[in-house]
Amino acid sequence: MTADDLHEFTLVVNGRPRELRVPARRLLSDALRHDLGLTGTHVGCEHGVCGCCTVLLDGEPVRSCLAFAVSVAGHEVTTVEGLAGPDGTLHPVQQAFAECHGLQCGFCTPGFVMAVCGLLADQPEPTEEQALEGISGNLCRCTGYQNILRAVHRAAELLAEQGDRP
Amino acid sequence: MKPPPFTYHAPTTVEEAVDVLAEVGEDGKVLAGGQSLIPLLNFRLAAPEHLVDVNGIGALDRIALDDDVVRVSAGVRHARLERHQAVYAACPLLRQALVHVAHPVVRNRGTVCGSIAHADPAGELTAVLVLLDGTVHLAAQRAGQLARRDVPGSDFFRGVFEADVGADELVEAVTFPRLPARAGSAFVEVARRHGDYAVCGAGATVQLDERGRIAAARLAFISVGPVPVAVDLTELLAGAAPARVRLEAVAEQARAAVRPGSDLHASAEYRRHLAGVLAARALQEAVADARDRRDRRREP
Repeated sequence: MTADDLHEFTLVVNGRPRELRVPARRLLSDALRHDLGLTGTHVGCEHGVCGCCTVLLDGEPVRSCLAFAVSVAGHEVTTVEGLAGPDGTLHPVQQAFAECHGLQCGFCTPGFVMAVCGLLADQPEPTEEQALEGISGNLCRCTGYQNILRAVHRAAELLAEQGDRP
Repeated sequence: MKPPPFTYHAPTTVEEAVDVLAEVGEDGKVLAGGQSLIPLLNFRLAAPEHLVDVNGIGALDRIALDDDVVRVSAGVRHARLERHQAVYAACPLLRQALVHVAHPVVRNRGTVCGSIAHADPAGELTAVLVLLDGTVHLAAQRAGQLARRDVPGSDFFRGVFEADVGADELVEAVTFPRLPARAGSAFVEVARRHGDYAVCGAGATVQLDERGRIAAARLAFISVGPVPVAVDLTELLAGAAPARVRLEAVAEQARAAVRPGSDLHASAEYRRHLAGVLAARALQEAVADARDRRDRRREP
């Protein structure tokens, strides 16, 4: 085995098994964007600080820039593309961000949305402090955070109304 | 940036992992959660030729409690240990410290053993290991056989990012002793922003006697020296009623013990000042924690 070897494996992305043939050093974020064409996952800092690349790994939010694709072979990954319904109906968390003006330029938004999905799966009715803690690892440089915090609570309401889980 | 090329190994047993580590020697590095290692690779600050990924070793995905200790194996993520109720009851300092480790999303992937093996001077869990005098369990291949050795937590850290773990060794597990009866603990820190590396952090354990007086008290600090700094307050405080503790004397002992450096985040003086402030705060919180636990035990 050498560093140039390509590794063949399957990732279950947004419910669909996807075959990959990539070098070991391919980050999960790059595998999603470059190899699978899912550019909804954004790459900001590439060292785990900005949170833009957050995806769900087996249902839990993680930094996709801090995982090698080969290392999560066989696991389930959910990206922002996996949230909306087949007819384009927004997921409650996306809906909440839209309603609360929780985004402006949108660069950080997929990461926030995925982090909030993870937060609400864990804490369906977060307190203000829990909501703040849940988004503390994501950076936004245009709206500020207050509308995003409102979106967290609005998303919790929408999910409760639908009796749904994020 | 992108990580440099490396040869990837994905063992499925501890035996296979230590065989690979023995083969690749100094050119190899263990990959667990990767929340510290992958940034180093992405920055090209490290370029190991081989990565030995232990995420596929099912046997390492284990938290075990017995009458004396909590044993955390190498695959256990911060978030899992943080949420574990029985672990919180047995060893509350773990959750008290874990909530300060980076952000929740990072804790979903980062591992407890990885944080300890990484030996970051700002790593909260390094102080927990030293404060509780836990044990690091190492595995390696010696003469074709799986060999294990244990290192006491108080001897494990050697310097900045340096610990008593050889290039061919795997931190297989770490054990933390249970908190005794009538004891309490706390972890406090100050960071520039929530989730950042601590400018200074302090853990405390306090043992009360039957009358509620202090029988023993210890502190451990992070970010004020190359390795965690332990301070035993027992001589100063033994026999004292918690309300009568002279917190200024506690702060003074803490300030005298630490050896902080200056960097762009904080001056050495400010860190020393914080060590005193956080010493008093951690001690008071640990006393309150000990009383809470005692009161809860009394409830039918």
